Amino acid sequence: MLDLWITYGDRLIDGAVITVRLVALACMIGLVLAVPLALARRSDRRWVSVPAYLYIYFFRGTPLIVQLALLYYGLAQFEAVREGPLWIVLGDAEYCGLLGLSLNTAAYVAEILRGGIAAVPKGEVEAADACGMPRAAVYRRIVLPRAIRIAWPAYGNEVILLLKGSALVSTITVYDLMGETRSVFSRGYDDAVYLYAAALYLILALAVTGAFRLGERRMNRYLRAAG
Amino acid sequence: MIPEILRFGDTGFGDELVAGALVTLEIALYSLAIGLGLGLTAAGAKLSRSRVLRGIAETYSLLIRGIPELLIILLVYYSGGAAVEALLGLFGHDGGFDFNKRLAGSLALGLIFGAFASEVFRGALIAVPKGQIEAALAIGMTRRQVFLRVRFPQMLRFALPGLGNLWMVLLKDTSLVSVIALDELMRETSVAAEATQRPFEFYLAATVLYLLLTIVSDVFRARLERRANRGIAGEAAPRRLLRRGV
Repeated sequence: MLDLWITYGDRLIDGAVITVRLVALACMIGLVLAVPLALARRSDRRWVSVPAYLYIYFFRGTPLIVQLALLYYGLAQFEAVREGPLWIVLGDAEYCGLLGLSLNTAAYVAEILRGGIAAVPKGEVEAADACGMPRAAVYRRIVLPRAIRIAWPAYGNEVILLLKGSALVSTITVYDLMGETRSVFSRGYDDAVYLYAAALYLILALAVTGAFRLGERRMNRYLRAAG
Repeated sequence: MIPEILRFGDTGFGDELVAGALVTLEIALYSLAIGLGLGLTAAGAKLSRSRVLRGIAETYSLLIRGIPELLIILLVYYSGGAAVEALLGLFGHDGGFDFNKRLAGSLALGLIFGAFASEVFRGALIAVPKGQIEAALAIGMTRRQVFLRVRFPQMLRFALPGLGNLWMVLLKDTSLVSVIALDELMRETSVAAEATQRPFEFYLAATVLYLLLTIVSDVFRARLERRANRGIAGEAAPRRLLRRGV
């Protein structure tokens, strides 16, 4: 079992680096997409809220593995896509995986944010209104900072799910940790490689959990008694 | 309207996709049964006084929650299969072991469902007011009766929303067992996509079928929750078609 690590350990580590990169980038892109989605979903105007609702329903209602296949294999079927400018993203498995993960996580994060925004105490918003803050400032200064703190633990869970979901990019030929693992397995059918991969994923998951705990402490440091 | 390749019969793959969707549902139901059993057992272990039992249950959910579902399926199918084979070898059976794919897939998905369900059940069991359990004991019910008549039925009401969410996750996770070539919806779709070189139509058709399963589950879940809350004032959920999860 140990010589398997000596032979293939480097490849697994390389894969883990790609996994981390994909997850970190998808987190950022997903968050950027999620804020307008969550706001649109809360809008009173139906032509704003219905598309956001449908987007979220589609991405939460279908498996990520199918979404990735549709993006990578499905769109490549069309001549116009293959010749078009988007091919730089859609023609490359890793970019395509990143796009799929980002679009998917954006839907989940938007729902989490929406819950956070709804949980912001009404009085605080009214107080800001009463001070004469413009609506945009109320959102920027009061609602979003509060909503992020409320939604933070749920967001941490979503990042763990994203980390686990990122393993699916291996099905569209990305050599992330899972992709490397499956390729090593296909060489010698030694299932010990799965145990190594499981250990690596666990370490990554624990690191994410730890990072979110630290973030929570830092964000809420104003709540701790001074002194 | 429907393209030739998606029609039913010999010329199209429509019937194959529908058959795949039925296998998806079948796997999901097997996994649900396994997962509910495991989840309830693990929740009991987490609430028990024994440190060993608590430790085992906590490790189980920690491991499952940190490892990708895809990897768990491969681990159960390949490593689990190898382990059973080795075990059979100890008893002098050397014909090898052919791990049934449906069994392996359902087992893996059930393990995943159970780990998350144990948290849902644990929370729900705690949410049943203590006074009711004490009252039941005071009128002379046995522990068994207290559980079956007071704790369990009321716990279900608290557990239902969480379990509903997990069912949605489970339905989508069934698509992952396609990696062990189990003939469910995702597998049938990719086979058809490859055979016809028309992946876009087929994966789009698959998303429609998955969405259908999701929508039907949503409606069913809303009904179940309304039924579970029927005796509680003000809790009977309004009749909305698409109730959203947390």
